[in-house]
Amino acid sequence: MSVDELVNGVLGRKRRFLARLISLIENEDAVAVDALSRLYKHTGKAHVVGVTGPPGSGKSSLVTKITAEFRKRDKTIGIIAVDPSSPFTGGALLGDRIRMQEHSLDDEVYVRSMGTRGHLGGLARATSDAVRAIDAYGKDIIFVETVGAGQSEVEVVDVAHTIIVTDVPGSGDDIQAIKAGIMEIADIFVVNKSDLPGAEKKVTEINAMLDIDTRERTWRPPVMLTNSRTGDGIPELADMIVRHRDHLVESGEMEERGFQRSRDELEDIMRFKLTQELCQKLQGRPEYENAIKRIAGRKEDPYTVAERLIAEFLFKESR
Amino acid sequence: MSSSKKIRVLVAKPGLDGHDRGAKVVARALRDAGMEVIYTGLRQTPEMIVRAALDEGAHVIGLSILSGAHNALFPRVMELLKKEGADDILVVGGGIIPEDDIPTLKKAGIAEVFGPGTPLEEIVEYIRKNAKV
Repeated sequence: MSVDELVNGVLGRKRRFLARLISLIENEDAVAVDALSRLYKHTGKAHVVGVTGPPGSGKSSLVTKITAEFRKRDKTIGIIAVDPSSPFTGGALLGDRIRMQEHSLDDEVYVRSMGTRGHLGGLARATSDAVRAIDAYGKDIIFVETVGAGQSEVEVVDVAHTIIVTDVPGSGDDIQAIKAGIMEIADIFVVNKSDLPGAEKKVTEINAMLDIDTRERTWRPPVMLTNSRTGDGIPELADMIVRHRDHLVESGEMEERGFQRSRDELEDIMRFKLTQELCQKLQGRPEYENAIKRIAGRKEDPYTVAERLIAEFLFKESR
Repeated sequence: MSSSKKIRVLVAKPGLDGHDRGAKVVARALRDAGMEVIYTGLRQTPEMIVRAALDEGAHVIGLSILSGAHNALFPRVMELLKKEGADDILVVGGGIIPEDDIPTLKKAGIAEVFGPGTPLEEIVEYIRKNAKV
């Protein structure tokens, strides 16, 4: 498939082309980069909502229910559900779709499962570009469901505008709530499975944690109770998601974050490209292989050698 | 671990039977063989299966059925795939399927049928060899 076909297919809202593009992104195919660079100007419209929380806290069910709620409001939806890949075999069992069956024949809902493929941080390396592809395809809201997160899987902040952190009653004491990590990134807290005992207590604990948070902020994350089985609290949660986006736009934070994100992304790409170019130039050269031997033999140190090689091969040769 | 190309397999249970132990065992074996397995759960219609396979960029569909409705449901999956121009996806079946029915299913486009007692390595090998990645 040519880049032209791919780009036109995605912009023409043909599902198969979107699916194909995401596969190419996952496989780090050069065609994907060409397609994404042409699609870039068509992106930036979708509201990206991250959903993170511990395994079994009901992320997939919650996403399914909020999707149903937004479908009633005529919004189109994309979902990326990330599950872990095995660090031993590279294989993965991607099971988030099981909960999402009620949307499986809805033309306005696109669901994609993704294995982490060795990437840490709660997402796959391909997730942010896949979000971009779905954005270009024209979905109004894109949910990004992370792997079941422990405490430090916070990469979703780089991808989403609004972060929902899910928790369930009876999961640890109030000290858990003041630890660093995912508790700090929430824009909306959801205590799911609200029919279980201890739900109100969990809400109180999270609120108490927020009370002693001294960061200056214009948005205090609300703590909401939901039940994905009965649907209790879901319309209110959907309202809150919309309200958070409005807040971002009105406060100017949306624009500010946009700049920050573009800066981070540009730096990332440049760093990657520079490293790649340098490594390609150096691989197999006798100077390079000899330097490695000298470092291993403690005749030279890697810090000095790195600086020398960068100076010699990147800057001199490209001039 | 690099993000080299991975075989993506959609494992689905079409129709109304709720016996998914076999499907789960196979899903696990494929996972352990390094593939990405998308498990879709019970009671899938052919339409749901084909839609999911296309959205997920699956190279392989594994259909597990114990209800006896394979003669109706398997060919329907193939028909829908053809309609979508996606009959390059390798489709294999498993479950309780009488020997006599297998030729008809193969004629409809089901590549292979794995009955009870098939060694898992045989399924893994078959998929590795025949999936068009």
